Amino acid sequence: MSTVRIPPVLRQDTDGSRTVEVTGGTVAGALDDLFAQHPALRDRVSSNGTLSEFINVYVNDRDVRYRDGLETPVGPEDTIILLPAMAGGGR
Amino acid sequence: MTFREVDASEAVALARDGYRVVDVREQSEWDAGHVGGATLLPLADVSGRIAEVAPDRDARLLLHCAVGARSARAAGWLTDMGYTNVVSMKAPIASWREQGGVWEEPVQVLSPAQQRRYARQTLIPEIGQEGQRRLLDAKVLLIGAGGLGSPVALYLAASGVGTIGVVDDDVVDESNLQRQVLHGVDRIGMFKVESAELTLRGINPETNVVKYVERVDADNVERLIGGYDVVVDGTDNFDTRYVLNDAAVRLRKPVVHGSIYRWDGQVTTFVPFDGPCYRCMYPTQPPPELAPACSVAGVLGVLPGIVGILQANEVFKLVLGTGDTLAGRLLMIDAMGTTFDEVRTWRDPACLACGDASPFASVHQQPPQPASV
Repeated sequence: MSTVRIPPVLRQDTDGSRTVEVTGGTVAGALDDLFAQHPALRDRVSSNGTLSEFINVYVNDRDVRYRDGLETPVGPEDTIILLPAMAGGGR
Repeated sequence: MTFREVDASEAVALARDGYRVVDVREQSEWDAGHVGGATLLPLADVSGRIAEVAPDRDARLLLHCAVGARSARAAGWLTDMGYTNVVSMKAPIASWREQGGVWEEPVQVLSPAQQRRYARQTLIPEIGQEGQRRLLDAKVLLIGAGGLGSPVALYLAASGVGTIGVVDDDVVDESNLQRQVLHGVDRIGMFKVESAELTLRGINPETNVVKYVERVDADNVERLIGGYDVVVDGTDNFDTRYVLNDAAVRLRKPVVHGSIYRWDGQVTTFVPFDGPCYRCMYPTQPPPELAPACSVAGVLGVLPGIVGILQANEVFKLVLGTGDTLAGRLLMIDAMGTTFDEVRTWRDPACLACGDASPFASVHQQPPQPASV
């Protein structure tokens, strides 16, 4: 099983879970399993089968934009990090 | 095999004859004046670092300290390690000077008051008095005197960063006080930059606080950041972050970025053309529901403290020119799980601000213009 880290802004769609265990040999496969477990995430993380441009996706510490995008391989020990930009500075 | 102890007169002669002088005193003693051409190797470092100083076991080494006790211990260790030409000076260091030995007076880069105030950090080898001088000469601009700006400002001022500019057009509100530790109840209603100045003056009267009651926008950003060495981004919205980023790329100013949300934070350092910029990482501004502000989402009081202090740490390294900054890395802090993770970040060749098509990149790549005659 691979691990997906859920950023705080998306945890309302995972019942508060900070990580979700998924199967799938690629980022696309892992996200499909993630969306099957938490359907509300699908529209927030992807649109028309592509990754949302607002959320960076990393496999371990590597940005999939600079690898093979959704086809980037994901092994059972790998961690997928979903990372949206944060705005807050504390006004 | 043993080592020899010599008096000051012979030590001076040996040094003239080509013996390598190794000073086994502490940095603070060295800073007060030292043998010309000597190498500082404090007693505690002798065994571990002698190989850097003298890889050759036959090297001719003249060890000294203040009177000859520490250097005798060090000489004994080196002899045990197989060094064959070790001599220890058994005499007060003053005798070295009386015998005409080469001596370098300390460069007075700090006043006596500064030496006292910053004693604990000038002891650190990577800082020393020279590094403290760099901090005192540094100009750091804080965008925002709120949650992130507060801890950054407190530590920069305390540590002697000479000029701290503070940009904020907001006034202190009661709901700020849970995390904006520059301010207190007696400052409610006051401009944050005024309150910041009062607090920082109390911590370090030497700090030059420059106040800007403004909100960063495309018209004023270059004027605001132009005179500073490092910019600390503690803003609360994306518009300002993009405006700041693009100007920082144009003017080649490093920006230390921090952002927070509830229990989570992100820290990184953008050094233009040496790693990514903010636009490389986040090319498009996310919709509000994906990135709500603290005023909407809430934030743990200590979170800006953690993130801000990490930002201050980045500023110190940028000013001192030491260590590894977060350029090319994004540090993610999860206070709920107390985890720190990082991902690698890259300059995007297609970036609108710093990509290969950027006019500012080509300026950078041009060779220097010859001076006009």
